[in-house]
Amino acid sequence: MAQVSLRKIVKSYDGGVQAVKGIDLEIADHEFVVLVGPSGCGKSTTLRMIAGLEEITAGEIAIGGSVVNDIPPRDRDIAMVFQNYALYPHMSVHDNMAFGLTLRKFPKAEIDRRVNEAARILDIMPLLERKPRALSGGQRQRVAMGRAIVRDPKVFLFDEPLSNLDAKLRVQMRTEIKKVHQTVRTTTVYVTHDQVEAMTLADRVVVMNHGVIEQVGAPQELYHTPATRFVAGFIGSPAMNFIPARLEETSGALRLLLPGGMSVDVPEARTARYRGHAGRDVVFGIRPEHLTDDKPTDKTNPAPLILTPEVIEPMGMETLAHFRLDGTELTARLDPATPAEVGQPLRLIAHMDQMHLLDPTTDKVI
Amino acid sequence: MSTAAANRDFPRAYGKVGSLHRERRWALWTSYGSLIVASIIFLAPPFYMLITSIKTNTEMADQTLNPWIVRDPTLEHYIAILGNPIFLTFFRNSVIVTLLVVAITMVISVLAAFALSRMRFWGSQVLATGVFLTYLVPDTLLFIPLYQIVGGLGLMNSFWSLVLVYPTLTVPFCTWIMIGYFASIPKELDEAALIDGATWPQMLFKIFIPVALPGIIAAMIFAFTVSWAAFVYPTAFITRPDEMPLTIGVVSQLVRGDTFAWGQIMAGALLAALPPVIVYVFLMDYYIAGLTAGATKG
Repeated sequence: MAQVSLRKIVKSYDGGVQAVKGIDLEIADHEFVVLVGPSGCGKSTTLRMIAGLEEITAGEIAIGGSVVNDIPPRDRDIAMVFQNYALYPHMSVHDNMAFGLTLRKFPKAEIDRRVNEAARILDIMPLLERKPRALSGGQRQRVAMGRAIVRDPKVFLFDEPLSNLDAKLRVQMRTEIKKVHQTVRTTTVYVTHDQVEAMTLADRVVVMNHGVIEQVGAPQELYHTPATRFVAGFIGSPAMNFIPARLEETSGALRLLLPGGMSVDVPEARTARYRGHAGRDVVFGIRPEHLTDDKPTDKTNPAPLILTPEVIEPMGMETLAHFRLDGTELTARLDPATPAEVGQPLRLIAHMDQMHLLDPTTDKVI
Repeated sequence: MSTAAANRDFPRAYGKVGSLHRERRWALWTSYGSLIVASIIFLAPPFYMLITSIKTNTEMADQTLNPWIVRDPTLEHYIAILGNPIFLTFFRNSVIVTLLVVAITMVISVLAAFALSRMRFWGSQVLATGVFLTYLVPDTLLFIPLYQIVGGLGLMNSFWSLVLVYPTLTVPFCTWIMIGYFASIPKELDEAALIDGATWPQMLFKIFIPVALPGIIAAMIFAFTVSWAAFVYPTAFITRPDEMPLTIGVVSQLVRGDTFAWGQIMAGALLAALPPVIVYVFLMDYYIAGLTAGATKG
């Protein structure tokens, strides 16, 4: 087990395309770090550079303190789980898991001990003699993880390991991966495009976009204090609402003028932070879960937002309502008990203590 | 829609099903028809060889009889040819040449295909195309320069010349089949092997060859067929009977001037055709799987 350091990592391909544009990242021992971002953001390339499957154009990668730039994958002491599992089709489950140890000339008794131990952790003992083609997707995924566990490497690398599974199995395997990490505590770098996977698994999430790191932080930190509009919009589902607004100051209090002639008050606690932007155009960010239906019993809402839903999506535990405000799409999370109907105006409350304000010129959160 | 209308529509819908059925029957008839015609065309020569090989010489020479019917079957030609030591020499030569050619071909083409399909190096694409282009040069054109080379090496009149020359036919094609087959193996499989600690040779022997076994068997069958059945090269390079393979041995030794020993020629040709038939019967499925995999992915 070891820490992983990425220093000014660059990957460019022939033809000048830069997939990764100089990223720095320190991953601590035992840490579970998830690289997340849309496709083409450079997350997989970064992982493959750590694995040694892609050459590093510039910069330095160190695993356990030693620079591995010129060390082939087999000597980096890493194990990788691939999206399509990459099991050896002609070998039994046992032999698939034992392959790396056999090549490293481990004694047979030790190999069997480790394979059985991993099979026990992953609950695949009865499958050891089967061939991969006789396994279901979830079982294959377990074997692929078993192949990584038996090696007892310094670092686990996961490349979108759950993307080929159906939704239900994906949730189940997600828990499984988390359990395995809690058991073996191996430093893990995990790549996914799914922000829910990232949030649920990670100790720290690395949000990437266009080959650079947008923000690094614990899941809750990214959710509550996103640094940029990209992170604010990427983390959380449904995505955060962004409403063009104007910040006005009247006798020391700040207020946001929204399209459609509505306005909301900025809480006092935020006044100092936002005052510098008074009189300017800003973007008002509010998550759907912080834009809810206004209960008549709530006396604290001085200026309710009256909006007319265009689409209502009952989800069971909540109801999503979609609105349009001067061309801006908005989503609110309603109490499922609220009688909401398309075309019928609704009183909504914006929970302003959870508000975000963004600078439209820099797309940074203020 | 009223019930009456629905009832009226029902027979029409039914009629449609019937016409589909008819189309399918037509397709079946046509396929069977053409297959039967093709089978007759392809099987008539071997059948004729078979009946000729079991006729007596007198029956063969009798012009009044129907040539497709055997009246007095005999194994005398088979006994004669199997009792002839030169025929056994031909057979031995063919076996040695074929085994060596298959072995050489597989070693070269598997290694070449592995390198060309997996290792990106300067000129690998050009090389892969080049390998295929060499296959397009017909052997009837190649045997003239090859004659010079074989002569220069002092291999004229020796079956070793065939061991040297046949791979020029088999290696390009087998390499091409294998490139297609290896290309169909997902890239993650070698990456997983690399991370598991495999060297390139280990990856080839422990992953690629076992996974691509159907393709390798298809390539082997091809190499076997080519070297077993080659005719032009041995005709050009070998005139000494004890160095001849079956293909030219049967023809050259059983035709004495104007006299064709038809019975023995046919018996010899059928015996010569036996090993490929046996190989195909056992490995047909692999051969087809291998060819189609190569075809779609290559």
